[in-house]
Parts: sequence; structure tokens; C-alpha cells
Amino acid sequence: MSKPKFRGYRRENGRVGVRNHVILLPLDDLSNAACEAVANNIQGTMALPHAYGRLQFGEDLELHFRTLIGTGSNPNVAAVIVIGIEPGWTSRVVEGIKKTGKRVEGFAIEQNGDISTIAAASRVAKEYVQWASELSREECDVSELWMSMKCGESDTTSGLASNPTVGNLTDKMGEWGANLCFGETSELTGAEQDCAARGADDMAGKKFLDTWQAYMDEVIEPHKTSDLSDSQPTKGNIEGGLSTIEEKAFGNLQKIGKKTKFIDVLKPAEEPTKGPGLYFMDTSSAAAECVTLQAAAGYVVHLFPTGQGNIIGNPIEPVIKLTANPRTVRTMGEHVDLDVSGILRREMNLDEAGDALIDITIRTANGRMTAAEALGHREFVMTKLYRSA
Amino acid sequence: MDHPDFLVHDSTDTVGVIVVEGVEAGQKLTGWVMDTDETITVESLDPIPLGHKVALSDIADGDTIIKYDADIGKAILDIAKGGHVHVHNIKTKRW
Repeated sequence: MSKPKFRGYRRENGRVGVRNHVILLPLDDLSNAACEAVANNIQGTMALPHAYGRLQFGEDLELHFRTLIGTGSNPNVAAVIVIGIEPGWTSRVVEGIKKTGKRVEGFAIEQNGDISTIAAASRVAKEYVQWASELSREECDVSELWMSMKCGESDTTSGLASNPTVGNLTDKMGEWGANLCFGETSELTGAEQDCAARGADDMAGKKFLDTWQAYMDEVIEPHKTSDLSDSQPTKGNIEGGLSTIEEKAFGNLQKIGKKTKFIDVLKPAEEPTKGPGLYFMDTSSAAAECVTLQAAAGYVVHLFPTGQGNIIGNPIEPVIKLTANPRTVRTMGEHVDLDVSGILRREMNLDEAGDALIDITIRTANGRMTAAEALGHREFVMTKLYRSA
Repeated sequence: MDHPDFLVHDSTDTVGVIVVEGVEAGQKLTGWVMDTDETITVESLDPIPLGHKVALSDIADGDTIIKYDADIGKAILDIAKGGHVHVHNIKTKRW
């Protein structure tokens, strides 16, 4: 397959988006209602309600800001309105997004009330959405396409076919100079040494192992009340034939292909800065949390292989679903963008499946709605590190 | 072989994955070993659902289960060749 091009929206900072959203971003849980009211008033805008933003502190607060600022800064977003309960933290998010050069304005509810805030924000939202509606796409090199990956409700067909299909794309896109990201720290347990060996140098490998060990020591060990056999693998994984975390981990690792090396390890929602290539991000293995963090790091298209049929979407990053499980294709085909079950029947090889995934990825980048977009899946889930103060 | 009944990642693996629906006990199954492109057969001892594993040889209690040419856990019961391999007879070595 020859190196493809795609048509995207070039933003003020030079990055390229594949969607053109005008978003209402709540600083905190209290501001969801105002954001949803503005999105209801002004057609073509979208609110991103979430559960957090009050009394957080330390590293957890830093992650909250990094996620919100990163979400607003994502090149799939044309313009942003931030609404918060008070002006201090609201302006911190606004100033962070402003560094991209895009249009952003903040509104605070205290001393105004919801109704005045909604009216003022609606006037700005109307200007933004009319301005954004006149932006047009331009032809871009595939090296400007940032792609994230995460699998979900995996089964053994994921490790046999749909994850290796993503791996085939990873190897081809890696050679073309694209920017790629995988995550799921706990879900590499059992294959962590094999994953570390895929670091581009000793430092990348060691950084991964240190990150994995810290997750074990700080998250899993202090909080587990059993051997995790009902959580990792999940009930759905077990129904699909996966028996142990090690089996799941080796299947998971197929997504990074046979030869691509990861060049760095990112904190949750951290933007990669070392140029094109594959990055590992420290994330939960829960689908919506992971994709939300990857979108906040600037990734614009997501590749999501599933076995039993995870139905996740994301509000700003289109999520492309592929599966090799013929029963999932038959019983919930409306969620599937690419069927690679032919691999299991030996009707299709991995190289052909990888090309088919590149084709649907480019079509999605050009504007084709994913199944998750058409079905209205907008799971925006912030990662919270510990209880608020 | 057109449509295999089960797939094996690596020739060293002790389990294969059923890729068709409706496998019953006593069925002669044809498998494709992906890394060597070999064809192997095994007779199922149990009904095995799509996506679940079949033992490719006799496995003793305590033996390491090999898939992807890697350690994916241990047997907690004896498993006969052709038997259904899952959470009732194998377990993680982690967590």
C-alpha cells in the first residue's frame, strides 16, 4: 500500500484536526447544566459534562487541568467556551487553551447566576459556530495524523486477529512517520518484560517498567481485595474465552505490531514532544478513561479493536471499532466499522486487514462518521487519582 | 484446509483457540498453526464455545500453560488433550 493522504483542518498552531467541534467545557460538575443549556441553545455545539473539578489538589488537580486544557487544545476542536463556578480556575483553563492560538472564552457563574451566564455564553457560542462552519479542509500528509489505540471487551479473537490488524497499521504508519499512542498500564501485566523490550532504547524500556511497577505498588496492591479475577480479565473477557491477565496482556501487546518501538513514556494526558513515532501512555485500562486521556494529549483518531463488543465513543476523537469475532459482527454489527473475522476463516491475511484498517482510518479522518459517532457515543470520563480534599 | 476449527499462535503453544461456534464433545477438529502454517487435528472432549481454548496435549496440575510462545498461567487441575481450558482449570500466576 502506498502512503495515503487525508483532508483535515489545519489549526492556528499548525496541528491538523479531523473534526471541527465547537465545545462547551465545564470546569467542574456544577457547571455542567449551564454548558448543556448553551449546547441546547446553539446548534452545532457540544457540551462535555463530567463529574469532577471541586476540591481536588496536588497531582490529581494537575491531571484535571491537563485533561481539560488538552481536550480544548485538541485539533479536532475549532473553538472552546469554558464555564466554571468561579473565575480563578476557569481562567487557568482558558489561558492554557489560548496557547494554541484558537478561539476560547471563559465564563464564571458566581455573581452572575446560571441564566445570565448561559445568555452571555450562548452569544459567543453562536459567533464561534458560524465562524467554524466556514473553515475548510486541506490535503495533509499522513505523518500529521495522530492516532491512539486501545482495545476493549477483548476476547481471544482480539489477540488472534483484530489487535494484530492494528499492529499491522502501526508498523506501516510508523514507517510513514505518524504519531501513535498505546496505553493500559495494568493490562500489560504478564507481558511487561516483552513490552519493555520494545522500547526504542534502554531509557524508554526502563521508564515503562518503572511506570508499570509504580501502578502495581501504588494502585493495585494497596486497594485490591481479591486476586482481581473478576476485574482483570473482565466478566466479558472471560465469557469470550480469556482466562488470565497474562493471556490478555500478550493479546493486548499485538496492537503495537511486530517491529515498531516506543520512543517515550507519557504521563496521563501528557502531549508527546519527541516527534513522530509510537508512545506509551500511563493509563487505566477502562476504555473511556483511556481514550479521554489520549484525546487530551492531542490524538485525533482512535483505533479500537474489540472481541465481545465494547461500544465506546468519545466526544472529540472519532473511535473506529474493528472486530474479528463473527458472533459480535452478527449480533451487534451496528457498532462495527471494520469486520476482520475473515482472518479466522483464512479468507483474509493480516496485511490485507491492515490495509483495510488504514483505508477506513483515512475515510474517517476525511469526515466519515464512525459507528460510535452515528450512535451518539460520547463517553468523556476524567481520570481521578484519589479522593478530593 | 479452508475454514479451520481452531487457531494456534505458535508451534510451542499447549492450547489452541476455537474460532467456530457450536463445537461439541467428540468432534474431530482441524487447527491452523499460524507461525509455521501447519495443520493439526485434535478430538474435543467437551463442548467448547467460540473463543475458548482446547488443550493440545495432556496437561498436569501445576503445569505452565503456553500461548503466544509465552507463560499465560498454570493448570490447577489435570487437563486431558482435547479438553476445555478456561478459568475452571487454569489460573493466573499474577495478582
